[in-house]
Amino acid sequence: MRRVVVTGMGIACPLGVGVEHVWKRLVAGNSGIGPIAGFDVTDLTCKVAGQLPAGTRADGGFDLAEWVPTKDQRKMDRFIHLGMVAATEAMEDSGWTPATEEDRTAAGVMIGSGIGGLQTIYEASVMVHEGKARRLSPFFIPSALVNLVSGHVSIRFGLKGPNHSAVTACATGVHAIGDAARLIGFGDADIMLAGGAEAAVCTLGIAGFCASRALSTGFNDRPQAASRPWDKDRDGFVMGEGAGVLFLEEYEHAKRRGAKIHAEIVGYGMSGDANHITAPADHHEGAFRAMKAALKSAGISPSDIQYINAHGTSTPLGDDLELEAVENLFGDAAKTVAMSSTKSAIGHLLGAAGAVEAVFSILAIRDDVAPPTLNLDEPSRASAIDRVAHTAQRRKIDIALSNSFGFGGTNASILFRKPG
Amino acid sequence: MSEVAEKVKKIVVEHLGVDEAKVTPEASFIDDLGADSLDTVELVMAFEEAFGVEIPEDAAEKITTVKDAVDYIEKQKAE
Repeated sequence: MRRVVVTGMGIACPLGVGVEHVWKRLVAGNSGIGPIAGFDVTDLTCKVAGQLPAGTRADGGFDLAEWVPTKDQRKMDRFIHLGMVAATEAMEDSGWTPATEEDRTAAGVMIGSGIGGLQTIYEASVMVHEGKARRLSPFFIPSALVNLVSGHVSIRFGLKGPNHSAVTACATGVHAIGDAARLIGFGDADIMLAGGAEAAVCTLGIAGFCASRALSTGFNDRPQAASRPWDKDRDGFVMGEGAGVLFLEEYEHAKRRGAKIHAEIVGYGMSGDANHITAPADHHEGAFRAMKAALKSAGISPSDIQYINAHGTSTPLGDDLELEAVENLFGDAAKTVAMSSTKSAIGHLLGAAGAVEAVFSILAIRDDVAPPTLNLDEPSRASAIDRVAHTAQRRKIDIALSNSFGFGGTNASILFRKPG
Repeated sequence: MSEVAEKVKKIVVEHLGVDEAKVTPEASFIDDLGADSLDTVELVMAFEEAFGVEIPEDAAEKITTVKDAVDYIEKQKAE
């Protein structure tokens, strides 16, 4: 298979908009979690989330008007808005624009979402309930469909290659990037914009995950302490919104045009639990197999990996099981690897999580810095693995592994390597 | 300009994000103002809402310019 490198990145998340701005805040140990704003939470047991800070792009904030023309805004649910932001930044960062029809047909998009336009569906349902079915916007369906991020991005930038979208709950981001890399590897495209977008911080999204008992409810008075992966007091995940997009490119193509290469995608592995709709399998053996498959596809061993960006959602069950799976796979190498959960700072971005965390993993490689796990005051279980509690660590990082697992028992792991 | 015409113009400017000066009576939504077929569906719905009239589909299909919309609504309101 042809080699695939990352030559552009874009991000919108609770720490802000823009790769460099967000990374600086993440490494500094800032949190993007706060009390939920924008809708009534009286009836909801979880009242905290990670939402995009308002502001101009220059200040690292989110102002929709800077990204999507007014007349198009209501044709898209918020998850599409956020996907457009990250995709636009990734395109700009790549320094590439299609010059010929050949360029356009060789460039595709695979940006997924875990849920899609949930708020849009909610509002349309209310209208139908009120007897206003005939008043539904003609843009309701295209605004809510998961694959419409890929659609809008392709239209905006004239990308006529494969147009695809992954939907695997919280593993979406990694699946999108891994599968898109394979499309390039197999020759279906030379360039793919790949990632995930999510905007489920809305009444229905919070209420729904509350109902599955997945969200933190004990830190409503201390939002920034709510996301605490591996800590003994963790009580569920904190939802975040946002998007991450990578500009993936065939290695020779990138070299020919003198592109700045951020990292190479060297491994990708997937598995299914075949166990339970929401709970991981014993010993998280599905995660174990996904990581193992990624290592096999890269032809490397655990001791080659210096940093792991964990799935680590801050749920009582999942965190320690993932830790166990990593320990089982790494054996002695557990002593030398650093593993952190950046969800401690931005929450769980569901279908966007794997994409945003891919950006963080690549930046960890670029800067030789492991970003911290906030709020890890007292681990529920001891481990030889350094989980980078509270403060970032300077470490030599050549290869990073990023994990994402989703409802339905779907697991995906991806490996990035320093260029050169 | 009649009250209806003023209001129609305002809705068109808002929905299609076009310059007010371009919204002349003869302007075609699709050919001159950059609308697509879904935009025109939404426009007609916005007219219905704003003027409290019902515009059946066969009539809506014939509303292709600003003047078409104004004439149809004024006729409906007169009846």
